Amino acid sequence: MAKITFIQHNGTEQTVDGIPGMTVMEAAIKNMVPGIDADCGGACACATCHVYVEDEWLDKVGKRAAMEEDMLDFAFDVKDSSRLSCQIKISDGLNGLRVRVPEKQF
Amino acid sequence: MSEVISTDAVIIGAGPCGLFAIFELGLLDIKCHVVDILDRAGGQCAELYPEKPIYDIPALPIVTGSELTQRLLDQAKPFHPQFHFNQMVTELIKHGDNDFELRTDGGMVFRSKIVVIAAGGGSFQPKKPPIPGIDAYEGTSVFYSVKKMETFRGKDILIVGGGDSALDWTNNLAPFARSLTLLHRRDEFRAAPDSVKKMRELVAAGKMQMKLGQVTGLTGADGILSSVQVKGNDGAAFDIQANTLLPFFGLTMKLGPVANWGLNLHENLIPVDTEKFESSTPGIFAIGDINHYPGKLKLILSGFHEAALLAQQAFRYINPGQRLLFQYTTSSTNLQKKLGVA
Repeated sequence: MAKITFIQHNGTEQTVDGIPGMTVMEAAIKNMVPGIDADCGGACACATCHVYVEDEWLDKVGKRAAMEEDMLDFAFDVKDSSRLSCQIKISDGLNGLRVRVPEKQF
Repeated sequence: MSEVISTDAVIIGAGPCGLFAIFELGLLDIKCHVVDILDRAGGQCAELYPEKPIYDIPALPIVTGSELTQRLLDQAKPFHPQFHFNQMVTELIKHGDNDFELRTDGGMVFRSKIVVIAAGGGSFQPKKPPIPGIDAYEGTSVFYSVKKMETFRGKDILIVGGGDSALDWTNNLAPFARSLTLLHRRDEFRAAPDSVKKMRELVAAGKMQMKLGQVTGLTGADGILSSVQVKGNDGAAFDIQANTLLPFFGLTMKLGPVANWGLNLHENLIPVDTEKFESSTPGIFAIGDINHYPGKLKLILSGFHEAALLAQQAFRYINPGQRLLFQYTTSSTNLQKKLGVA
């Protein structure tokens, strides 16, 4: 089990249990975390599960794949810490992961 | 006023369920016109995941969205469906039993005996970037699509994005614009390599500019844009002078006009029965992701089943009093003739 914390734009935090093998997006949807829309259901085809990974976790979540990089073109206010949460696989090593949810997925 | 197209059935949505409905209705001699907001068939399979494998289509262990679309088109071919793309059905009016009028945003008018709503998650519409204050400029300085290129003659245009729409319109509008800038968040483009090459040639020839960064704000007055604020990839902020902004951030699904057709809705879905997949209005059916009933699964295979059953009821409406004989395509010469194989 890995604890994952979603930080809303207004600072509200919600910590959920992530099962290794699931994606961060799936953990968010399962726990009804606001602001993760995931319109395409995890196909890396819509960019509505955009999150900002907190600095200390950036290395641990790995790098964006080419397809994810393409999809991020459809997100707004993309930063170095931007990831699509459907492309981050949960592992025990991510226990304590903190990600910020953008003000709006669009 | 445009000519009215009279037909047995209008199918709204050319996704997998809409395409299979052509087949099922066709077996019962019901002719279809199909309307879709996209420029091609396939719906989400074409727009969201054309190259991604689907694993749960019966008898097809693995198939991509575009392959599935092509197979369904092939299967529907014997019934000569007529497709109307780039059209959004905006109005659906009931004139009487088995008499519906449909109008599209492109000015098309249909008169139909039954209607099949196979609109999936709704209509694909351009994504509107959440730039503060953008609403005030929409339709005057900010446009999410290009209807007539002439509108943009002599303008100072800023195009944002890196896909085919952004690059195509950059290349096409460059000769019309007084100035043109393409802004993208990175120096890599998803668009077709040819379009990217052409754009780079235009830049090299001094006909336009290409900048890297993201829009942060807009300046203007009375709905007319004067400049766009940008955060460059190096972190430095700069302004781009522009009176026209074309953001191309892809498409998103919105329920759209379906909400205004007087149908009962349940959380933006159309409740139907599970015998005929009919909405609260007799003669209007809903299949696929857009319908709702107890136990509904949003799977393509569910939509196929729903299409077969709705066709039975559609037949009864269109041929009142006629007995519907249940037949198999494996053994019925009648069905095989319709399919062009007997």
